[in-house]
Amino acid sequence: MKFREAVRDGTIQAMESDPNVFLIGVGIIDPRAVWGTLAGALEKFGPDRVVEGPLSENALTGVCIGAATMGMRPLLIHHRMDFVMLTLDQLFNHAAKWRAMFGRQQTVPMVVRAVVGRGWGNGPQHTQSHHAVFAHVPGLKVVVPSNPRDAKGLLIAAIEDDDPVIYIEHRWLHEDEATVPAEYFSTPIGRAAILRSGADVTLVAVGPMVPESLKAADALGQAGVSAEVIDLRTARPLDSDTVVQSVAKTGRLVVADADWGPCGIAGEVIARVSEDAFDALKSRPFRVTWPDTSVPSSQAIEAQFYPGAKEIQTAAMRACEKGPARDLVRSTVKQFEGPF
Amino acid sequence: MSATDVASAAVRKDLYYRMLLIRRVEERIKANYHRREMRSPPHLYIGHEAVATGVCAALRAADLVFPYYRSHGWYLAKGGDLNTLFAELFGRATGCSRGWGGSMHLIDLAAGVMGTSAIVGGTLSHAAGAALAFRMRGHDSVAAVSFGDGTVEEGVFHETLNFAALRRLPVIFVCENNLYATNTHIRARQARPEIHRHAERFGMPGVTADGNDALIVYSEAGRAVARARRGEGPTLIEFETYRLVEHCGVNEDYDLGYRTLEEIRQWEAKGPLEKGKTLVTETDARRMGAEIDARIDAALEFARSSPWPSSLLLPEEAVR
Repeated sequence: MKFREAVRDGTIQAMESDPNVFLIGVGIIDPRAVWGTLAGALEKFGPDRVVEGPLSENALTGVCIGAATMGMRPLLIHHRMDFVMLTLDQLFNHAAKWRAMFGRQQTVPMVVRAVVGRGWGNGPQHTQSHHAVFAHVPGLKVVVPSNPRDAKGLLIAAIEDDDPVIYIEHRWLHEDEATVPAEYFSTPIGRAAILRSGADVTLVAVGPMVPESLKAADALGQAGVSAEVIDLRTARPLDSDTVVQSVAKTGRLVVADADWGPCGIAGEVIARVSEDAFDALKSRPFRVTWPDTSVPSSQAIEAQFYPGAKEIQTAAMRACEKGPARDLVRSTVKQFEGPF
Repeated sequence: MSATDVASAAVRKDLYYRMLLIRRVEERIKANYHRREMRSPPHLYIGHEAVATGVCAALRAADLVFPYYRSHGWYLAKGGDLNTLFAELFGRATGCSRGWGGSMHLIDLAAGVMGTSAIVGGTLSHAAGAALAFRMRGHDSVAAVSFGDGTVEEGVFHETLNFAALRRLPVIFVCENNLYATNTHIRARQARPEIHRHAERFGMPGVTADGNDALIVYSEAGRAVARARRGEGPTLIEFETYRLVEHCGVNEDYDLGYRTLEEIRQWEAKGPLEKGKTLVTETDARRMGAEIDARIDAALEFARSSPWPSSLLLPEEAVR
């Protein structure tokens, strides 16, 4: 099953299993059904549970909060994370605060599902992931699935969760395929996954950097470096225990994030390892993150912008003090055909 | 039929009682504030009492109110607990938000007072969301959301009115137009300061009325509530009223120069309690006042003797 089909599968099954779940968002009744991730939902559940929203992202977010405090479980869908920036008042000042601010009398069980673009010149305002921005704020949870199985499991877990969850979906992964259980299941929020066991270096990755890390680990193996690969899966709460245990074993750390470096998740992971396993570190940790500039549109420089398996491999070789790799792996090249 | 005719003697007494309760509570906060027991920014409702009172009297117990940060009056008018209000202002564990909210973040779910926000326009869309939930579950309840004239300048006001009108949601939008956003006059802020006319663009009724006359408020709110309950959608009501103390705090503020003492005194003379004098006999008013004062004494005692909150986190929240 493809990643985007798994999102649809999780959405439909969550709506079947709980009548309080409803969908809302701008353009969700569009015939293209958000890259097919909502295909058939309108026909199956009708316009009262697939609620088309005006171009009023901030109000729609508050509508979800109001409905959620009444016991509904809204799934608010955005075609781009960049549009979520219009809703930060409701997310930071309201949804995130509601449980604490009223002494734990109410929760806000809502999900904000936001798609991150990449490729076909999507440029600076259609490509931001921002998981670190949300992970900074107490009261929010943030998940970033990297594969079809987690796309379904984490979506169902987010819908079942009693707190507001930001579900960040990288369209770059939409066509990736894997086996996904047909039944209703959830993937626990706040638990990282060890995807590959290794002894020499720990590669921690987020979202689309996970397949790149697996690819880098293959290449490292051929060079005699045994890499452990951890898919963080959740940016908040951050499962640093799994990372710390791994670094206690390997002594080396590379964090690959699909986001900018400053004040980001990669830095946070390194800070926690420094706090909890400083003595285990045999070399200084490495970050592989986006260059410190906006995402460009031109294909000529977009390819330079996104780091991938090659940069992860290079960082891991440096962490292992192996000198430059002789055979550099190629980062994944995908052709996303536009226009959107 | 005039507004006066629709209200029975019982309703008239009830309106006066709620207004007097609000006024006396706010006056007690004023009188005690210097003791530094209530360390939270109070946005007093003195001068606005008729709005919350008239609207809440037109609501059922199962209906919900979504107040803003000038919320003491809405909380009390809807039947929020007086003891837990003062305990919250005192920052005690027994407070309505257990010491986590303060004056700007009150809640009383049993009374139908939903959580209030310190962000201008913050709760408008929450009311629409609750109304959407009522609709989805087949309830005939109504959500009333209150806000000041400054909220009309926020984008979310227009977003929410459009959405509520589009979906014919059972919401009433209650604007308390007191002419000033903090200390700036509406004419310095709005190109056409006729708030009720915003309703036209969304195809909903827009009404403007005297917000200092509890009977008029009760009557206008009743019409809007009935309409919402019938499934005919939202109404925007602009109530003209006036804040008699400073925006935030317990003092007069004519010395700042943005409004005159004369203007304040004029509004005071036509304030809610002045206009409401005819609702009850003098004997009734005196008896109510004595009862309310005793309730406030007890609430202050409750707050003072309540424990402080002891921990920042519940055990299950001790994660990072």
